[in-house]
Amino acid sequence: MALNRDFIGRSFPPSDPYEVSRVKIREFADAIGDRNPIYRDAEAAKAAGHPDVIAPPTFPIVVSLGNAGLADPALNLNYAMVVHGEQRFEYSRPLRAGDVVTCTSTITEIKSIGSNEKMVVETDVKTVEGELICKTYNTIVERGA
Amino acid sequence: MTAKVNYADVEVGTEIPAQSYPVDRMNLVMYAGASGDFNPIHWRESFAKAVGLPDVIAHGMFTMAQGGRFVTDWAGDPGAVVDYGVRFSSPVVVPDEGGATLEISGKVEEKLDDNKVVVALTAKSADQKVLTRAKAVVRLA
Repeated sequence: MALNRDFIGRSFPPSDPYEVSRVKIREFADAIGDRNPIYRDAEAAKAAGHPDVIAPPTFPIVVSLGNAGLADPALNLNYAMVVHGEQRFEYSRPLRAGDVVTCTSTITEIKSIGSNEKMVVETDVKTVEGELICKTYNTIVERGA
Repeated sequence: MTAKVNYADVEVGTEIPAQSYPVDRMNLVMYAGASGDFNPIHWRESFAKAVGLPDVIAHGMFTMAQGGRFVTDWAGDPGAVVDYGVRFSSPVVVPDEGGATLEISGKVEEKLDDNKVVVALTAKSADQKVLTRAKAVVRLA
């Protein structure tokens, strides 16, 4: 089913604040099998010039996933048919333990590709103080029946 | 934030040696828990097959994370990565017995100003390209 083109350009309210913890960063690093001490040891992170342990480059997906706006039935998105098409992160600085962040997402593109529907969601990940940490570009593809 | 690779020491075409990353079902269960993506196509074989997949497949973001690990292990400091993007071209199929292997290699594709370089990644599993247009911009020392 075609996605609702009225959603192109629509922005959603900021997500609830999410506090990035050392424990969650370590859990994520364990899950991707990455032993880098900069994700685990505050001293190693400081030696590399960071105030605390930093998160792996793909960690922001943890906070940017689960956009409530995409659950709006009026969008006509069938999650059972969705595959992840593309993903990009543009970093101002690494996310680190102690950051409290919110995500603000905008649907920037919806178009048909053959029998599939493609949608791009841009998200600003900012600290509650307003510092931009990264922009994420999430492209999903809803497979046609 | 200090990368361990010097900008002056790399050229366009400099190759980053290939690495192999094993992937098994346990990794996918851990990744589901850590990321919050509990889509059953990543851990329940009967569900994956019912929706037309050959078997359980890895989270695209798990594969992207392995590419990120490849780049940050080379650069030294993960904070040196300023941009990272991929297209998911083919799923990584992870059988119950034996799992799968990701083969990742890289090459410096372009030198930018401000000590930045563009690294192009190649990621394959079972001889299929699983990522395309995979590029990271890294600020070197």
